[in-house]
Amino acid sequence: MALSNVLETPAAGFNFDNTARNAALEGLFDGGLTPKPLKTGTTIAGVVYKDGVVLGADTRATSSEVVADKMCAKIHFISPNIYCCGAGTAADTEKTTDILSSNLSIFSLNSGRNPRVVMAVNILQEMLYRYHGQIGANLILGGVDCTGNHLYTVGPYGSVDKVPYLAMGSGGLAALGILEDGFRHDLELEKAKELVRAAIHAGIMSDLGSGNNIDICVITRGGVDYSRPFQESEFRDDRKMKYKYRPGTTAVLTEKVVPLKLEVVQETVQKMETV
Amino acid sequence: MAATAAMMPNFGQQISSKNDLVPDWTSQEVSTGTTIMAVEYEGGVVIGADSRTTTGAYIANRVTDKLTPIHERIFCCRSGSAADTQAIAEVVSYQLGFHSIELDEPPLVETAANLFRASCYRYREELMAGILVAGWDRRKGGQVYCVPIGGMLVRQPVAVGGSGSSYIYGFMDSNYKPALSKEECLELTASALALAMERDGSSGGVIRLATISEAGVERRVILGNQLPKFSTH
Repeated sequence: MALSNVLETPAAGFNFDNTARNAALEGLFDGGLTPKPLKTGTTIAGVVYKDGVVLGADTRATSSEVVADKMCAKIHFISPNIYCCGAGTAADTEKTTDILSSNLSIFSLNSGRNPRVVMAVNILQEMLYRYHGQIGANLILGGVDCTGNHLYTVGPYGSVDKVPYLAMGSGGLAALGILEDGFRHDLELEKAKELVRAAIHAGIMSDLGSGNNIDICVITRGGVDYSRPFQESEFRDDRKMKYKYRPGTTAVLTEKVVPLKLEVVQETVQKMETV
Repeated sequence: MAATAAMMPNFGQQISSKNDLVPDWTSQEVSTGTTIMAVEYEGGVVIGADSRTTTGAYIANRVTDKLTPIHERIFCCRSGSAADTQAIAEVVSYQLGFHSIELDEPPLVETAANLFRASCYRYREELMAGILVAGWDRRKGGQVYCVPIGGMLVRQPVAVGGSGSSYIYGFMDSNYKPALSKEECLELTASALALAMERDGSSGGVIRLATISEAGVERRVILGNQLPKFSTH
């Protein structure tokens, strides 16, 4: 197992170093306006269908009440056959999925095997359990491997559930309503995509933290179809002007060129021993 | 029992915001507030559990499988924190598997129970796990061991656990008799779980049952609309 990790697994037990840092940070801002971590108040969903897995997500990232990113990518690449949707603290989901992806690439190169979804889940579970909820990542992992089509959810404390359909994030409740009503085993591709799209749409309509566009990612044995965006928001606004400055906007008043004088001081040639 | 964060210092709350945009349940710990039960009979054990996992007031998974295999003929029923019990079960599965390979024979249920107890007692301050260990081995037949929160270990002919267990102690005391048959045990377990699921908010969904004996493991599910019915006054 040590083979597949580049970073050393830290000593057993929990590492609470950052709580001291957080307390110190709060001390700096008396009156308590500490910078809030960027949360992707989100709707993410996944469905297992006949030939694979469909994952969906909205694209809004919020920082308190302001939309920080209108085209945030919440479906992260883990390996060519495994993708992961992340809800919770944006930095945590981004970094966690990055680390997982690197570890799985190394494993693939070392062993010559394609990674299995259950392996990705186990690595995530170990990491998140070790940090005892401090990493705010709610993840939906979906993928296809030689054992079949799989969909898992991993919670921030390290609990794992394996289910045929899922929705997470602040808009997850609204999305789950659509999924509970429309899910059937062995759906066809178009129906599955429509179901996930409708679920994310419900999340966007009912939740302030979700919005903008919908991304859909379809994973099958044959490959991955990542539509970003799958559906654009009908409320997008068009910019009134062009905000790029054309070359020549800033006038050049004077120009002075000073060449740097360099002399060759010493030159040595060393022959390399060749067999 | 419902408060999962009660025993642990409030580290988790420092970083989360009281922002309306992100509801509380997304940052709460996932709990298997539960009803689990295990009964010994002549030749094996019957174990059962409900299927509800909650995060606060939200049901995170309504079809959970809380009957986790540890070895071929040894299972555990999990209650308490989902993350903690899954982690402990993994560790014990590994330790027991290793032990069994070293011995070159199937492990004893008592050994599995002791491994659970060792982890649960050593880390009692950090963990929130109530576990029933049940299985069959050649030496003592069907056995049920109870490892509640805190890390005690005791063998009982019949044991219940989880938040819903409080509602069925009376039913157990009046309906359990020693030397029941396998079918009677299954009926008793199903009825007890149905009663608990009716009264406890943190238990519900379907009833998962399993029978473990020398012949192996038989699993069955009783769906929500097939649950044993009682008075609906």
